[in-house]
Amino acid sequence: MKTNESYEEFVKGIWRDNPVFVQVLGMCPMLAVTNSAINAIAMGMASMFVLVGSSFLVSAFRHVIPKQVRISCFIIIIATFVTIADYTLLALVPKVHKELGAFIPLIVANCLILGRQEAFASRYPTKLAVMDALGMASGFMLALFSLGAVREILGDGALFGIRIFSENFEPWIVMILPPGGFLTLGVILLFFNWFKYKKDEFLADVAKAERGGG
Amino acid sequence: MDNLPWIFISALLVNNFVLTYFLGLCPFLGVSNSLETSARLGLATTFVMLVTAVCAWVLNTYVLIHAPYLRLICFIVVIASTVQFIEMLIKKLSPALFRAMGIFLPLITTNCAILGLAIFATNRGYGFVEGIVYALGAGIGFTLALVLLAGLREESELSNIPKLIQGTAMNLIIAGVLSMAFMGFAGLFSSS
Repeated sequence: MKTNESYEEFVKGIWRDNPVFVQVLGMCPMLAVTNSAINAIAMGMASMFVLVGSSFLVSAFRHVIPKQVRISCFIIIIATFVTIADYTLLALVPKVHKELGAFIPLIVANCLILGRQEAFASRYPTKLAVMDALGMASGFMLALFSLGAVREILGDGALFGIRIFSENFEPWIVMILPPGGFLTLGVILLFFNWFKYKKDEFLADVAKAERGGG
Repeated sequence: MDNLPWIFISALLVNNFVLTYFLGLCPFLGVSNSLETSARLGLATTFVMLVTAVCAWVLNTYVLIHAPYLRLICFIVVIASTVQFIEMLIKKLSPALFRAMGIFLPLITTNCAILGLAIFATNRGYGFVEGIVYALGAGIGFTLALVLLAGLREESELSNIPKLIQGTAMNLIIAGVLSMAFMGFAGLFSSS
């Protein structure tokens, strides 16, 4: 029972409540760093570290933090983890750190992370909070990666820097420039709407058929 | 001092915070449904940006030299308390304006455009005056993008749009087209 519950919290973040495609949170880093798949993954890992770490701490201290100043406490906990992530990336992968630039410190202002602290971690036990954070972060990473991969393939003709199209492919420069981010995410959200629309239609049909049969 | 107009125009148009840096997208997509609220939110954000730019300069010059790793925590605390302070000030001085602003005021804290402004200004080593001009350009640019999108959205409500594309998907595609239009400004400085 217990494992089922945490499994449930983990899975919901990846698809049903996907932070980007369904809840439309955390858009700023989402669009800014996804001009290549590798940047997207680095950003996803950094966000995952921050989200899991701060969810764990917030959940562990949830009875200690006074309600009136909870937002400031959450922000300071998040900022601490972001600073750790920032300096770690600088030491391990300086090249990626340079490309992500100011967007690593900006993880602090990612509303997805603060949102999870407020909505989930500050109310549930540590184990569930960590599972929820892992799920949400995986969903975020999935979204970052799909956007980054689409933009890199179309804008550069490559994935992870490896060419996948022949020399004749004319790269769509616009895809790696800012407008490409808006357009790609718009089209992906359109697909999600279409799925939802089809599913609702299907459920309505089933309901009608059942009524008709009865 | 020669580059002050350049800094202003660059932050306003060429490197517009919303449309080229993707900063402050949450209010950009969330509250851009009416012209009036978006203009008001834009002005409040510009004001917070100005105060933040001054605070960031003071912190950078006098405090953070000794402890650079505290930069992020200091900035976010300063921004949160500035917003809180402005909220109290407006409540005291003009209750009508306070009611009109509503929830948008506290939400400015989590607007990444403000933190982004402080970080960019630090990274580029802007001085006091340059920082203020930069904040002004960025704030007006943010307001401009917000008002443009709000205008387009108000207009689109009158036309017949397929149900599938309504909502965030359409806003993002509109923003993409706006962003393409703003890319045209990049040519402003290349020749000089």
